[in-house]
Amino acid sequence: MSRRWSAFGWGALGILAVAVAWEGYKLLGPEEGLTIGAIEGETGSGVMILPRTHDRAMPHLWDMVARLFQSTSGGDTAPLAASVASAALITLGIAAVGWLIGVAVGTALGVLMQRWRLAEWGLLPWIVISQTVPLIAFAPVINVIGNQIDRGGFPWPQWVSVAVIASYLAFFPVAIGALKGLGSPDRIHTDLMRSYAAGYWPTLLRLRFPAAVPYLLPALRLAAANAVLGAVVAEVSIGMRGGIGRMLIQLAGQGSSDPAAPWGPTFGAIALGLVAAGSVGLVGLALRNYRRGEVTA
Amino acid sequence: MIDANTASTAVKAVGVGKAFTTRNDEVVALTGVDLEVDAGEFVSLIGPSGCGKSTLLRLIADLDEASAGTLEIFGKSASRARLDQDYGIAFQQSGLLPWRTVGANMALPLELHGVSAPDRKKRVAELAALVGLSDFVDRYPDQLSGGMQQRVAIARSLAEHPRLLLMDEPFGALDEMTRERLQSELARIVAETGAAVVFVTHSIPEAVFLSDRVVVMSPRPGRITDIIETGLGTGRGEALRESAEYFEKVTEVREALHGAPVERVNER
Repeated sequence: MSRRWSAFGWGALGILAVAVAWEGYKLLGPEEGLTIGAIEGETGSGVMILPRTHDRAMPHLWDMVARLFQSTSGGDTAPLAASVASAALITLGIAAVGWLIGVAVGTALGVLMQRWRLAEWGLLPWIVISQTVPLIAFAPVINVIGNQIDRGGFPWPQWVSVAVIASYLAFFPVAIGALKGLGSPDRIHTDLMRSYAAGYWPTLLRLRFPAAVPYLLPALRLAAANAVLGAVVAEVSIGMRGGIGRMLIQLAGQGSSDPAAPWGPTFGAIALGLVAAGSVGLVGLALRNYRRGEVTA
Repeated sequence: MIDANTASTAVKAVGVGKAFTTRNDEVVALTGVDLEVDAGEFVSLIGPSGCGKSTLLRLIADLDEASAGTLEIFGKSASRARLDQDYGIAFQQSGLLPWRTVGANMALPLELHGVSAPDRKKRVAELAALVGLSDFVDRYPDQLSGGMQQRVAIARSLAEHPRLLLMDEPFGALDEMTRERLQSELARIVAETGAAVVFVTHSIPEAVFLSDRVVVMSPRPGRITDIIETGLGTGRGEALRESAEYFEKVTEVREALHGAPVERVNER
């Protein structure tokens, strides 16, 4: 009871600290920032070591919040908050598809690598290297391939490309977690299964997967965060409309005239990440009996 | 199905040996083991670390393969006997699956072999009653003491009415009080089920208290050096622990152990 409340308290305190730091710096920091080594009359020269604090660069928090309830782009358009929510839902849906693909692929790779040592040696380095490919270089390639498939007659809407790119970031922690978790049962347990004349599949199902749960849950959570990140970046990089990534870029482009607006989709993206991680938390709750080996936190 | 000849012998080992090959060496863990365990007989394997007693048990269980000699379990090969589920096994650690309740742990072998849910439930109730855990069927292993966990493991090993029980120091990690209580319980359970038992232990009193025969082993290379009949009859009451013939046998086993070229008998 008191633990739970103190957790909430610390969370609220963290948010408050960020807010105080933002408004505090805005109050005390130099209006035009601090630049060293600037050459007189030459714009953009020198190194800025303190950011600008005027309203165009750092809008007040209350302006950001107020902006959420004003129309998205003037006239009769829906309030910004509603636009953000619908865009966030679209991105969440795509990220969820990406997450599912990533979890399926990652689990399959983990199973494969656990089963055959040779597969581990052959695959693991590639899996690690795959994550060093920059997403913005890789996303357009997927998009082009997707368009070709689409033109070839098999329908491939743009959001599928975004989901595939999101899954590319999501599969990695799952593959590593599954490999570690599936190999985690003690000798005594594998001996027991052998003594019951249980073959590979019954052992996988009744021993290895349940034992892998404590390793998979943090991996699933990471995968969820990665899928959201991947979906947002992919939307931007292949120019898909409707999602929160695109919205963020669009409003940021108008930032000098409407500085509080881009913060709407920014908050939306944060909420998205929290919802994604929280949903995985629910999975963990459903599987809590499989976490009995863990030290309870 | 089984002829009288094989049915009366649970384990028959002739010249059994086991060598592990390491990178540049061959370690002989066990050599020249000749041993027969009759159906319903309780045989303990005792000896210092490295004498191959656990290795012998693992060979019987077909968890490792013998590199020499022949090993028959109820007249079949060890692997056949394992596939036919002729034995139940328990280790020093209970090896319970932490995500399964006590009942589900006991039922694991039944589940793996396709026993129907109602039959499993019935058998679990019997097993729980047998080991005195009827009130704990729905608990999880982490809610149980070490002794209770070990009782669950023993119940699980008995789930499919095996004619042979293999036990590798099942009480080794328990305190002395719990240990003695479980020894008495095991003696009762074995008498009720009529199974043969091969029991690995470090403890001389434990071996004498439980066994019909105590097999004394010695290391480098692991081999049998002596076999002692306890002749203590079928009753295994607490009074036995105080009796003169029990102490006599404890002394006999101790002397047999020290007689072998062993420096570290007391080491666990």
